[in-house]
Amino acid sequence: MKLKNAFSHIILIIVSLLSVFPFLWLISTSLKGAGENIFAYPPNFIPADFTFENYTGVWARVNFLRYFFNSAVVALFTVILNLIFSSMAAYPLARMDFKGKKIAFFATLATIMVPFQAIMLPVYLIILKFNLIDSVGAVQGYLGLILPFAVNAFGIFLMRQAFLSIPKEMEEAAIVDGCNSWQIFFKVLMPMVKPTLAILAIFTFIGSWGEFLWPSIVLNDDKMFTLPVGINNLQGMFSSNWRYIAAGSIISIIPIIIFFLSLQKFFISGENEGAVKG
Amino acid sequence: MPYLFLVPAFVLLGIFFFLPFLQTIFLSFSDYSSSLYNPVFAGLGNYSAVLKDPVFMKVLGNTFLYLVIAVPFLTVFPLFLAVLINRKLRAINLYKVLIYLPVVVSIVVCSIAFKWLYADQGILNYLLSRLHISPVAWLTDTRFALVSVALVTIWKGIGYYMVIYLAALMSVPKELYEACEIDGANLWQKHLTVTIPHLMPTIALVSTISAISAMKVFAEIYVMTKGGPLNSSKTIVYYIYERAFENLDLGIASAMAVILLVIVLLLSCINIFCFERDKYRL
Repeated sequence: MKLKNAFSHIILIIVSLLSVFPFLWLISTSLKGAGENIFAYPPNFIPADFTFENYTGVWARVNFLRYFFNSAVVALFTVILNLIFSSMAAYPLARMDFKGKKIAFFATLATIMVPFQAIMLPVYLIILKFNLIDSVGAVQGYLGLILPFAVNAFGIFLMRQAFLSIPKEMEEAAIVDGCNSWQIFFKVLMPMVKPTLAILAIFTFIGSWGEFLWPSIVLNDDKMFTLPVGINNLQGMFSSNWRYIAAGSIISIIPIIIFFLSLQKFFISGENEGAVKG
Repeated sequence: MPYLFLVPAFVLLGIFFFLPFLQTIFLSFSDYSSSLYNPVFAGLGNYSAVLKDPVFMKVLGNTFLYLVIAVPFLTVFPLFLAVLINRKLRAINLYKVLIYLPVVVSIVVCSIAFKWLYADQGILNYLLSRLHISPVAWLTDTRFALVSVALVTIWKGIGYYMVIYLAALMSVPKELYEACEIDGANLWQKHLTVTIPHLMPTIALVSTISAISAMKVFAEIYVMTKGGPLNSSKTIVYYIYERAFENLDLGIASAMAVILLVIVLLLSCINIFCFERDKYRL
């Protein structure tokens, strides 16, 4: 048993190190001053010419606060709209009988099967047609980033599963008390699916925060860049100044790391994992 | 009444899903080569042009190669890790958090971090030099670029699939293992006779999910190689992006999008109708 545990520990330590090493190496590079060769053989893991200058330098040249703000606005509204619209659509699909239910159900299912990448071009043309683009204005720019992802079939099915697991008696009792469908939905059912809402919120947030393809298609204006687009742009701005690129990359991941560490249970417990990935 | 609940979701899905879906198919039959504003009906012209395009064939081959590299690894290795991690060990939570970390970090930063590891005078080539192997141009050699990029996808996915397996492992009845122990089975036999058969549906699910996400890979390539050198690391979504948004070949890009759509559709159907039936039952 001891031997077996030792074996597990060794493997897990190696894999854990491999998982974080690329980030640690970025941190190490970002703390090396101009006096130190970052291409030195053998590589120095602990900076010899230790400095925070790369951080202050990149912070002064790149509008990180604006990128954070843009990413936060987009992610927050994407999450809120998904929570509301997915649960609303999920409720009748789980709990009511109506004409066209089958069509609504399979139409939703169909949207899971078609990848966004296959329809992104017409989505872009539609966004242009509605003028939801950053060159028109900030609000329009945000809307163009948010609306195509404001509802997600994975979310609808996730919420539907949650509603299905609530005993029917709860609703019946509410009907006896004279509640209408809206009251049942908002006052009885929604509070009961809070754990699922939390999972939907967290995974939608992570997805939106890290999204790169769509923002890189629609964004033109540097002031409207979300973090991933802004960070990718560092490569062009500082061509081969890897100290700055590394420092900028590390600055950009601090918020999501804090978010992850404070909510780690939701991520690694494995409940409903995979339900939200698009 | 039920319709009012469905309206917001279906208006959005209508505008940003069903409409573009139909338009993709429509565009794939349109010829934009003479004018961007007055397309003419092209019949199957775009499709035959795409199938005759050697770059598309190369890109399609790359995409399948990507799948062949990433899917087996992402199906098997996270399962192995999940089995290791699924017991009472000290620091188990720390391991889980560290292994999951790449999943939450934006793919752009992950790709930049690897680009730095892959630098010509970078740390990976230093390790090779210690092993007396001559340095490798990880991202600029046609033989290595695709594999180097795929490695990022794999590295970023391990934690995600490990957690899916962990959740499935919790549902394996403990009595089965106990019965095994009474029969005197060793560790290997225990996993072969209990764990693997029990996890078969999850294994199948992970292989299709990871195949679908490998089909859709984009950011890694955009950040690290832009598809180069000589298209050696270009995959289908990147090529669609290039033809649609850089060359404005709307018809050609849409025909390729339809081909992508059909492939992903098939994979998703396997998923939905075989492995996740319960979740998607009316």
